[in-house]
Formats: sequence, C-alpha cells, structure tokens
Amino acid sequence: MTKLLQVEGLTKVFGSVRAVDGISFELMEGEILGLLGPNGAGKTTTLQMLLGLTTPTSGSVSIFGLDIKKHRQEILAKANFSSSYISMPFALTVWENLTVFAMLYEVKERKRKITELLKKFEIEELRDVPVRRLSSGQITRVSLAKSLLNDPKVLFLDEPTASLDPDIADKTRSLLQEIKEERGLSILYTSHNMKEVEELCDRVIFMNRGKVVAQGRPEEIMRDFAGSSLDDVFLKIARGKTYG
Amino acid sequence: MNLSRILAYTVRHLYLYKRSLPRLMEIFYWPVLDLLVWGFISIYLMRFKGDLPNFVAFFIGALILWDILFRSQQGISVSFLEDSWSRNLLNVFISPISPAEYVFSLLLVSVLKLIFASVVLVGLAWILYSFNIFTVGMDLIPLVANLIIMGWSVGIVTMSIILRFGQEAEVLAWGIAFLFQPVSAVFYPVSVLPEPLKTIAHFIPASHVFEGLRAVISGGALPLNEILWAAGLNVAYIILAILFFTWNFRTIKKKGLLVKVGE
Repeated sequence: MTKLLQVEGLTKVFGSVRAVDGISFELMEGEILGLLGPNGAGKTTTLQMLLGLTTPTSGSVSIFGLDIKKHRQEILAKANFSSSYISMPFALTVWENLTVFAMLYEVKERKRKITELLKKFEIEELRDVPVRRLSSGQITRVSLAKSLLNDPKVLFLDEPTASLDPDIADKTRSLLQEIKEERGLSILYTSHNMKEVEELCDRVIFMNRGKVVAQGRPEEIMRDFAGSSLDDVFLKIARGKTYG
Repeated sequence: MNLSRILAYTVRHLYLYKRSLPRLMEIFYWPVLDLLVWGFISIYLMRFKGDLPNFVAFFIGALILWDILFRSQQGISVSFLEDSWSRNLLNVFISPISPAEYVFSLLLVSVLKLIFASVVLVGLAWILYSFNIFTVGMDLIPLVANLIIMGWSVGIVTMSIILRFGQEAEVLAWGIAFLFQPVSAVFYPVSVLPEPLKTIAHFIPASHVFEGLRAVISGGALPLNEILWAAGLNVAYIILAILFFTWNFRTIKKKGLLVKVGE
C-alpha cells in the first residue's frame, strides 16, 4: 500500500500551550484512519494543520508526497473535507451550493456528478431547497455530497455523523465504506462515537494532551489497554491511563 | 413587570460593551460623523448665503459618486461577512481557491453590485431631479475609477480586520467608509475644512475626486493634478491593503484563527 499522507514531528504551540506535541503518523491508500481523543486532545488542531488552515510551529505534513506548505492548492484539488460543525451559504439552494463547489474544484460534467451524489445521499428532493430550511442532519449530508464532488483521493471527516439520526448515520457509514472500496479512497476520520470507529476504521490513533498515546488496529489497542471496547479505552485515555 | 428581569437583560447588553472597543466606539461614531459632515455643509452653505451655483448638481452628483465608493467597499466586506455568517469560510479555504483568487472574486462582486446600484441611482436622479450625471462626460471615467479603487482598498482592509478580530469588528463593514466622509469633502470643498483636516484630506483619494467633480460641474476642465494625485494615492493604498491582507492572512493561520472566523 502507498503512503498518501505522512506526518512527522508535527507540533503547534499557542503561547504557553502545546496543542499538538511532536506527533507522527501516516495514512495509507484505501485506509480509514480514526483520529480519536478527548476534547482538547489536539485532534482539531491536527486536522487544521493537515488542511493547511493553521501553520505548524514545527514538523511536516506531506500529502501525495507533496509538502502542504509548498503545494497547498495542488493537494487540496485532490482532497476534501466535511464537518458537522461547518455549513454552507444559507440563502443558496442545495443545487446552487454544490454547483459553486463543483466550479471551485473544476469538476467536469458538473450536473451529472451533482445529480449522482444527491441520489447517493438520498437528498434529491432537497435540490431546490435553500440551505437555511434544512435540518442539521440534512446539511451534513449536503456537506458530505460536497466532499465527494471532486472524487478526492483523501477525505478528512470531522465527526461527520454527529448530527445524523441512527438510520442516516448507518447509511452514511455504509456509503463511505462502499466508496472507499470502490475507489480506494483514504479517510481520516474523527468521531466521539467509538462504536462507529470500531465498525469503520482500519486503524486508530488516540491523542491526549497533544500527543499520540496509542495507535494501531482497534482490536490491538483494546488488547494493549485491557479494554473491552474502544469506549472503555477512550475513558482510560481521557482519565490519563497508559498501556495495560 | 419584574425589575430584576428587566435589569438582568439590561446587564446582558451592557456586558457586551465592557470588553469591546468597536461596540463602545459605535455609540459615539455616528453622532460625531453626522455632526462633522452636517457642520461643514452648513459652513459651506453660509459662505454662499444660500446662493450656491449648481446646488442640485453638486449635491446629487456627489451623492451618486459617494455611493460608488461605499458600494465598492461593501461589495467586498459584506460578501465576505456572508461567508462568515454561514460558516462557509472553511469550505472555501480548504478548496483549491487561493486567497488572491478569493479576493479577486469579491472585487468582481463589488463591481457588479455597484453597477446595479448606480443604474438605479442615476435613473432616479434623472427622473426625480432632472439631473443627468452623464453631463460630466468622459471625465466621469477617471472619477469613478478612483472611487472604486479607494473602496476596494478600504474593503480589503476591513475584511482583514474582521478575519483577525471576528464578530467584534463586523460593525466596520457598514461604518468604516463613513469615517472617510468628512475628510473626503463629498458635499463641500476641502477649503471649508479646518487646517488639520485639510492635511488629512490631501491624503484621501476621494477628496481629490470630489474637488474634480465640482470643477467639472461648475463648467471648468477636469483638474488633471487632482486626478493624478488621487490615482497615485490609490495605487499606494491598494498595494498597502493587499500587503496588509497577505500579512494578516499569514498571521491568522499561525494563530489558528481562520477556523474561528464567524464564531
């Protein structure tokens, strides 16, 4: 498997706080990697640095073998991001929003692509509805559709199912799994739903206080932390326990 | 009626002013600007004792041109705010669009918005007041171009400040252009201003544009020195505005503030 993303010694210091403290990891082609940890662990800051939204204090991020600092546009053309915490212009309809993003990503055959994604996420009936009239779950699905517009090779998902009902969340997970298998898509996934992570992720990284405290396959981590589930491991890590 | 509940909600609003300089300034901002502009207009009118030549043309022409500057600035700042309010900035900045491309798209929006606004204003001025701005002729082109560029500079700086300081600074999007109004000598000549403000006006491109407009409406030639001075200032200011934006964008990425815009 090819390395799509490589992070080495990534550090971010805000004043006297080391939000991310020299972390290193990689994401392989066709892999779903869970980035987990309690609030304030440094996941969001890490994600921001991977997307080039925050400048690291030190360390490097390389995606597709290119340095994010020097090749940001080239990388972002082949990557995408979705979060349940961001939205889209409220006054524009779903179709108009997706058209704007399809233009930003220079998507060929825009109409066909948008129609296909609306169908995939079961939001065809919302195409002419302004975003301001959508529920947060519907906005999340539109955002996920947006994140697949450019057929990304790597996808960054920040708690993508946080505002979805169990039915749609389950469908979304199946869809992501399906897309991953179809296209060999790599996904970096943050979530607080450990059951979801167990089901979806090939590998997980646990962060706490800016550091990587554990990484490996979910079952390996459960074994190393003597936990019966990832939820159990999460609680142990959040409460400051180390291996065993 | 419960006094405690009324006070609770009064306190809720007063808390906002405790730590917010922009909010505090806003209380004084508009009354002071109104006093300055209307005060200088009154002095101007007094000098002519009500016998001001081309009265309607001076005022309506100036108003239409001022609106061009205002729309040009707002086209950038308010369009940016719409992205911020709809929590869409992250979607934009994780797409391949570069900050320069983003700014250029806003410049284009500002030009389109001011074209629509100007068509309406020019038409209404013609119908209601029989004032035809096109009597200014081709001289209108350098006058308008200078105002648009000044509006862009102010708009880019405003957007940069909002990016850095967030919600606190949003009031600037509506108010900052008016800060320049008293020293832009929109409705009165620069000669009406007191000495310190005259010096400031000398460095404001719009003041030279409005001096030029009045000269043309009075039947004279367009004062080339005023226009060239305005153009020179505009070139300097737009370069400074872009440099400020670039430096600011780099700083907010270092501070991790880009993701917090709109919060």
